[in-house]
Amino acid sequence: MSAPVSFLGELLSGDRPRSRVLAVLLVAVLIALAAAPFLFPGTRSLNVAAKVAVFIVLVASYDLLLGYTGIVSFAHTMFFGIGGYGVGIAMGKLGAGWGSLALGVAIALVAATVLAFAIGLLSLRVRAIFFTMITLAVASFFQILASQLSWFTGGEDGLNFKLPPMLLPSTRLFEAPLFGVDVTGRILSYYLVFLCALGLFLVLLRVVNSPFGRVLLAIRENEFRAEALGYRTVVYRSVANCVAALGATCAGVLYALWLRYTGPDTTLSFNIMIDILLMVVIGGMGTLYGAVLGATLFVVAQNYLQDLMKLASDGLAGVPLLPALLHPDRWLLWLGILFILCVYYFPNGIVGRLRKTRT
Amino acid sequence: MRTLAEQHAGNRRSRHPAEHPVLETRDLGIRFGGHLAVDRVSCAFARGTLTAIVGPNGAGKTTYFNLISGQLAPTSGRVALFGEDISGLSAPQRARRGIGRAFQLTQLFPRLTVRENVRLAVQSRAGIGLELWSMWNRHVELAEKAEHCLHRVSLADKADRVASTLPHGDQRKLEVAILLALEPEVFMFDEPTAGMSVDEVPVILELIRQIKAQGDKTVLLVEHKMDVVRSLADRIIVLHQGRLVADGDPATVIASPIVQEAYLGIASASPPEHAMTEGAAHG
Repeated sequence: MSAPVSFLGELLSGDRPRSRVLAVLLVAVLIALAAAPFLFPGTRSLNVAAKVAVFIVLVASYDLLLGYTGIVSFAHTMFFGIGGYGVGIAMGKLGAGWGSLALGVAIALVAATVLAFAIGLLSLRVRAIFFTMITLAVASFFQILASQLSWFTGGEDGLNFKLPPMLLPSTRLFEAPLFGVDVTGRILSYYLVFLCALGLFLVLLRVVNSPFGRVLLAIRENEFRAEALGYRTVVYRSVANCVAALGATCAGVLYALWLRYTGPDTTLSFNIMIDILLMVVIGGMGTLYGAVLGATLFVVAQNYLQDLMKLASDGLAGVPLLPALLHPDRWLLWLGILFILCVYYFPNGIVGRLRKTRT
Repeated sequence: MRTLAEQHAGNRRSRHPAEHPVLETRDLGIRFGGHLAVDRVSCAFARGTLTAIVGPNGAGKTTYFNLISGQLAPTSGRVALFGEDISGLSAPQRARRGIGRAFQLTQLFPRLTVRENVRLAVQSRAGIGLELWSMWNRHVELAEKAEHCLHRVSLADKADRVASTLPHGDQRKLEVAILLALEPEVFMFDEPTAGMSVDEVPVILELIRQIKAQGDKTVLLVEHKMDVVRSLADRIIVLHQGRLVADGDPATVIASPIVQEAYLGIASASPPEHAMTEGAAHG
């Protein structure tokens, strides 16, 4: 009886949801993602599921900086991009083998670590706002670089590349369909993305629940005190910056693999940076479970709110004003209102709210 | 982890021969613009002693502390720990070498629990802060040490409360518990009983007495209450306008005219014959 429980505790690094509703929601997300190809067959829903999985990692790694350490960085999409471009360029230039994939990932990880460490050492010594500005500048520079070096990066168009044959949609793994679904290379790709994302999330969960993670909280709470205790905060912040960058890079790799494409709009854009910020805040800062809920809610809303509104708009045909207000073209307005309400009523995010109301 | 901590302590001691004073400042000073907050203070503190640092408000006592523990960089002079110049070291480096500091204005991790505040200090002492893969709550011996420190300041029953929700007196106690958890060689208390209620003060004083009774620690205490100073200190040094103006055993220093003039004369109602010298001191 106790063995599986402690195994789960080990897997979650002792960081239990501490709220029954939260636990149920997390399990629901896990099941939905794990069984997505069978529960929601169809290209579009599988795309959404893969994006949710990738963004959970991306947002969780950002929360390590923002929520745990109290550092605001605008360079997170840059590292997301380094992962994407690393794979894209390696597979594009060297061919669609597993070897070139591994090489691309390795180069991306090293580049991200070096860059994160350099940015950290240069600017984390001084005031936090300076670090924020530096990340903004470096990220903009990187974005320009990616669009200008078109011979190398594909410019604004980005790079399309081929995957190893095993991961292609035309590949059939089994003769007969499983649960009424053909198990294609696409589904195999999905599970590659899903399992990597799950593993990365658990790794990040371990990091925030390590002695190191506790020091990050201490730095967030009172940097002066942390120093007086003997913690060299520059070192801790630099390491946190590197770990977060590595997380984002891995997420970028997974996303590029899923899309078989990498480009400025899918990884580097500042719109994504703002989305990540919103996901962290909505889910709840300083808890990785917040990243799960924030990313899921956000990506699903982004993709399905329009459909929902179309239904509502059509259903209300004949009623004055309402159909126009709920017209699918107004979806961004409603998404915005949803977020304002979210932040207003859950200032500590969804997870903060759920944990507070537990009995 | 205990072995690691012990190793640490062993290193700290063996490196430093006994003939040196534990802590020494030489010509230590800092200037803020035109204002000399601490003016070339030279003083040595021996192992096993408790030195009280007194002086009127603005005399530079806390600034002197900040120079020793590394929160401020001096504009003149140096600080030596066990005979080794540590003037170039940062505050965290000095903390790891054994200079522990409790602050006058309470410095806590406000949204963490009381227990976690202390545990973080124990963890720093154990030197495992950069472990990214072990689970923090599996280091049971650290938690036990933290518990013990809380017990010593009689805060154990409030261990699960969030630090910022404690009443002021308890926050002061927590500040002291954090210092205990660091197990320093040099304990620096900056008005540890300020703002405490009368019945809480003895707990802290008894604790400082215990640390002194250990015999191998060095205690520096900034304190305003003269009865406290008289009962605890082996030695008193007096700072006035940043300068060290008196140094000696409590009875002599308290009786000396310069202290009557510079400190006690201002702090208490001064007898008429002191009125003139006091005026002169201010003029």
